[in-house]
Amino acid sequence: MKRIALLGMPNTGKSTLFNRMTGGAARVGNWPGITVELLSGKILLGSDMVEIIDLPGIYDLHGFSDDEQVVRHFLHDNVPDLALVVVNTTQIERQMSLLLQLKQLNMNIVVLLNMSDEAKKFGITVDVEKMSELLEMPVFLVSAKYGNGYSEALHEVGNALRYPTPGMAEQLRSQLEEDEQLEDEMAKVLESTVQVPARLSDQLTEKLDSVMLHPWFGLPIFFAVMYMVFQGVFLFGQPFQEGIAGLLDWFRGAALEPMLSVLPQFLQGFLLDGVYNGVATVAAFVPIIVLFFLFIAIVEDSGYLSRAAFLMDALMSRLGLDGRGFVMLLMGFGCNVPAVMGTRVMRSRAMRLLTMLVIPLSLCTARLQVFIFFTAALFSAAAAPLVLFTLYLFSFVTAIITALIFKGRFKNDEPFVLELPPYRFPTFRQMALRGWLEVRHFLRRATKFIVIGVVMVWLLTNLPTTAVPSSADTWAGMLGSAFNPFFEPLGINEQLTIALLFGFIAKEIVIGALAVIYTLSGDALSGAIGQQLDWVQAYSFMLFTLLYTPCLATVATLQSESKQIRFTILSLVWSLGLAWVVSFTFYQGARALGY
Amino acid sequence: MSAHTLAALHPGDTATIVSIHAEEALHLRLLALGLRNGKQIELIRKASFSGPLQVRVGTTDIMLRRAEASKIEVCKV
Repeated sequence: MKRIALLGMPNTGKSTLFNRMTGGAARVGNWPGITVELLSGKILLGSDMVEIIDLPGIYDLHGFSDDEQVVRHFLHDNVPDLALVVVNTTQIERQMSLLLQLKQLNMNIVVLLNMSDEAKKFGITVDVEKMSELLEMPVFLVSAKYGNGYSEALHEVGNALRYPTPGMAEQLRSQLEEDEQLEDEMAKVLESTVQVPARLSDQLTEKLDSVMLHPWFGLPIFFAVMYMVFQGVFLFGQPFQEGIAGLLDWFRGAALEPMLSVLPQFLQGFLLDGVYNGVATVAAFVPIIVLFFLFIAIVEDSGYLSRAAFLMDALMSRLGLDGRGFVMLLMGFGCNVPAVMGTRVMRSRAMRLLTMLVIPLSLCTARLQVFIFFTAALFSAAAAPLVLFTLYLFSFVTAIITALIFKGRFKNDEPFVLELPPYRFPTFRQMALRGWLEVRHFLRRATKFIVIGVVMVWLLTNLPTTAVPSSADTWAGMLGSAFNPFFEPLGINEQLTIALLFGFIAKEIVIGALAVIYTLSGDALSGAIGQQLDWVQAYSFMLFTLLYTPCLATVATLQSESKQIRFTILSLVWSLGLAWVVSFTFYQGARALGY
Repeated sequence: MSAHTLAALHPGDTATIVSIHAEEALHLRLLALGLRNGKQIELIRKASFSGPLQVRVGTTDIMLRRAEASKIEVCKV
């Protein structure tokens, strides 16, 4: 099958074009020579199937950033039959350099001058025919966003594919020295084909920036925007989550239970409470992920994400992170899973890993449920909000400490120089595609992991078959007593230890697990726990729950995003260790002070 | 006519880039974004709390940290 590589600088609308070409039927795949995954899609062009690969946006073919190396290695090991080079027409003077660098590789190239709609607004005119003649390659003006000029360009791509690739120059590096000649050529082509008005400034962007980036109002506006996104995701998400949960429950009661009732009790439990519950756990994340990426697509495609980076950078740079990391960290307070996936907007791998290490410490809404239950059981109504507030504080402080400790290890050596693109209106198509792609990615990557985890915990709490489920006689109970010496110094008893084991799957089920373990529910359960524990023990348990391994879905996502088992283990060990040390310090300290 | 670094400019100032004293990775990135010797550069704004700078070269707006900006020598117009 013929291969087409999509190439261009960042912010050229390359991904929009890719989505338009593949219609969302893209898949994530591995390629020889590189360690990151790339999106690719197969489409029918003329009478042949061709594969299109979306390469990361780069500024310089000879550069040394992660992305630039990925592109070079990809081209080296997977020589495409055609390079489709996307150029942002509004910035054509400085984007020409990449195009000419690619031309020197002697590849088969078709040039798409994208964002023709914006260029027109700026009054930039391009003599396409003359440029095509000077460059000796087909050039097309298109708008990937609105589809103008798209079909003609695609037709030419089909034509160009018929000719074999002239071949690849081997000595990529030696061409680096030829920058001077490149500049001359650039000037020549631009001078005779492009006319740019002397002063080109988007009035609206400038006006918006003067408000959005205002020294005093910028930050409050940023937090208001983040608050709205946060509320939006979880306000709209909750009814969907409940709906899906209800639907799955209904299916279980109406179809699965009667169908499986012929099976032995143990097998029934295994299939329903193990496997089916695992599937339900996965399904619960779907609406949140779709909505999250719908909103992130708005924030990112509108150009606001780089403004957020501008506003928050002063603080984040001291933590070894950047402003975009802060946006993801905030989103982690809703749900860690999409926040970890969202770190993909960061191009430097080291910074991305550091951000992924910090996000699981954000107090997500699932953990909040546990805390609300415990504070209600053990604290007065007046004290409860204060207790919750201190937990949020712990979440922030441990995140900052983690970043400070690990910023040396995950040293980001990429210079922080970002483009501030003009504000744009994202199209609904772009947003919907993004949500859909991310959900598919999550389902493919995390489902197996989560279902296996849920099944394992179910087995632990139900084996041997002679024991009462979740009692001290099960394997989980035995694990609980085996681990008790570790948890005793934290004031966490055996029953709570078993509940923590459940919490490894998802924090939502901790309370449910306690109900099973105590064979009580609702007010009776909170009464019993209130009787058995004092507030120091309960707070120590909450601290541990806040900081220890997030949930199985987050762990699965950390693994699928980092693709490094070492990193996933580091994240697990760090959060477990941190939880233990913090709970221990708190519990022993409080006891020593006489509480 | 006086020599400064980019970090020392005030919002609204326009200057010409005299030289860039940066390591290779940063230098290449700056070149790719259109920052070259002799180019005009305008400081649009500075973020609060010693945050990054927003500059404009040609038609492109760029943000960069003060540490990086101090490696760019400019001559105020």
